[in-house]
Amino acid sequence: MSSAFLVRRLAAALAIVVGVALLTSLLIRLVPGDPVELMLGESAAAGDRAALRASLGLDRPAPEQVLAQLDRLARLDLGESLYSRRPVSALIAERLPATVELALAALAVAAAVAVPLGILAARRRGGLADGAAMGLALLGLSVPSFWLGPLLILLFSVVLGWTPVSGREGLASLVLPALTLGTGMAAVLARMLRSSLLETLSEDYVRTARAKGLGEAAVVWRHALRNAALPVVTVFGMQAGALLSGAVITETVFAWPGIGSLLVEAIQRRDFPVVQGCVLLISTTYVAVNTLTDLAYAWLDPRVRATA
Amino acid sequence: MSAATRAALAALAVWVGAALALPMLSLAPDTVDLARILEAPGHGSWLGFDEVGRPVADRLIVGARTSLLVAAAVVAVAGSLGTVMGALAAYLGGGVDRVLTAAIDVFMAFPGLLLAIALAGLMGPGLDNLVIALAAVGWVGYARLARAQALSLRRREHVLAAQALGAGTLRILRLHLLPLMAGPLIVEATFGLAGAVLAEAGLSFLGIGVQPPAASWGSMVREGVRYMLVAPHLVIVPGLALSAVVLATNLVGDWLRDRLDVRSPAVTGRRTT
Repeated sequence: MSSAFLVRRLAAALAIVVGVALLTSLLIRLVPGDPVELMLGESAAAGDRAALRASLGLDRPAPEQVLAQLDRLARLDLGESLYSRRPVSALIAERLPATVELALAALAVAAAVAVPLGILAARRRGGLADGAAMGLALLGLSVPSFWLGPLLILLFSVVLGWTPVSGREGLASLVLPALTLGTGMAAVLARMLRSSLLETLSEDYVRTARAKGLGEAAVVWRHALRNAALPVVTVFGMQAGALLSGAVITETVFAWPGIGSLLVEAIQRRDFPVVQGCVLLISTTYVAVNTLTDLAYAWLDPRVRATA
Repeated sequence: MSAATRAALAALAVWVGAALALPMLSLAPDTVDLARILEAPGHGSWLGFDEVGRPVADRLIVGARTSLLVAAAVVAVAGSLGTVMGALAAYLGGGVDRVLTAAIDVFMAFPGLLLAIALAGLMGPGLDNLVIALAAVGWVGYARLARAQALSLRRREHVLAAQALGAGTLRILRLHLLPLMAGPLIVEATFGLAGAVLAEAGLSFLGIGVQPPAASWGSMVREGVRYMLVAPHLVIVPGLALSAVVLATNLVGDWLRDRLDVRSPAVTGRRTT
């Protein structure tokens, strides 16, 4: 991979992150009425209000407020929670491991379900197995996680008693949230893998592999799947976004103490600095994942470098 | 048309029909019957009663109307705004295009529902804020698609001929570009509708969408979860309706995409909740 491509891609990512920070700083201006009054309540002392107004930069014109905020962000200062009076970065650091754990587990679930399902559907194209696999995938796309979650709790925690209802204690408590969050991604990946695999299975090199007497397993795994994986990698990056925002709802369903539930709590408390910090962290992670996917794609496929 | 597509169209007809017929039905979605709190579906009560003794069937129909109103408004606002902006940017090119592309890139950097959650949460509850928040996130998809479409169309002969005849920008957009772009945009809008239905329900589930006592399928699940052990129908019924509508819309979207022969990965990035 040429270093020019690398530099160009990283510069673009940095520009986007700055844009995201700008937009997030402006969010507070969208709050109807007086945001300070909303946050502190009507009974707050005038001094407290003035102090909060100053610390949020609302006593200054919008461009100045945004610039001051970007300046603080550049020094990785996310401000202080209005509710607990603790630094936002500390609150996030506390909650981050739970979300990372959940996201990785959901990814594992998605891959474990999607790969066999996609291969099965492509190999039996037009058959009963294909129809069943794709029907299942469409169902997975359509069932909202805030409904799937409670249903899983009802079945596995209440009826069968296999897993805890909610919270984060031990590996067993991770199973249902990971299933809930992973389902949607599994559905998308399975659909994508099927169509991509169908394309590569009709390539000349697959015919050649078959002609030289390779077993079907070797043809699919070594020749077709490797090439079919490319577009799936891109979708993987895009789906990371769905995973991160999906975590907001899934964490709420299971009382999972991660970034998503921190965001929802902060919104309910109108704790603006925390909302801003969470949104910024999640979007920056998303941009980083997408940039890495792009770079991985370029590394895997030389044609991308030429046209990008 | 396959049996599945026909069933999906029928399901959508029921959804739209119930939502539109609501004012003509004499429902009592907010009437409390204390004797029937948490009553399961059974004789004399269609779908049972909720935690304060309101009929679930009536609230389900109100929820159908909520989801249709919000989703249709979101698709209309986001779709028209995004299409016009994307097509204009591609057609005008230069600085306009660069600014729009940068804006699209920044908005795309917020994953899925995140920006809508933050926006709706900060602007406060209410149907109009919900629509604004979802449209503010949704326009990007249409803008990107319309821009790509218009870029490939703007040097076509019929467009050049119209320019040579002195037609104005808006006239060219309306008469010479938009009709040719309609196919992919309709497919995108169909998946967008499914996405908006899910998003409305998702935000209402989080408590930042439709507010009580108004009913939304999402808020019905939210309220029902607390009584799931004693009255599972409170969660199962609205979730089933919601999943059926989203599944039907996705099926119709797949069918339209095949029919209009659109190569679009729309559905891959559409699952937002």
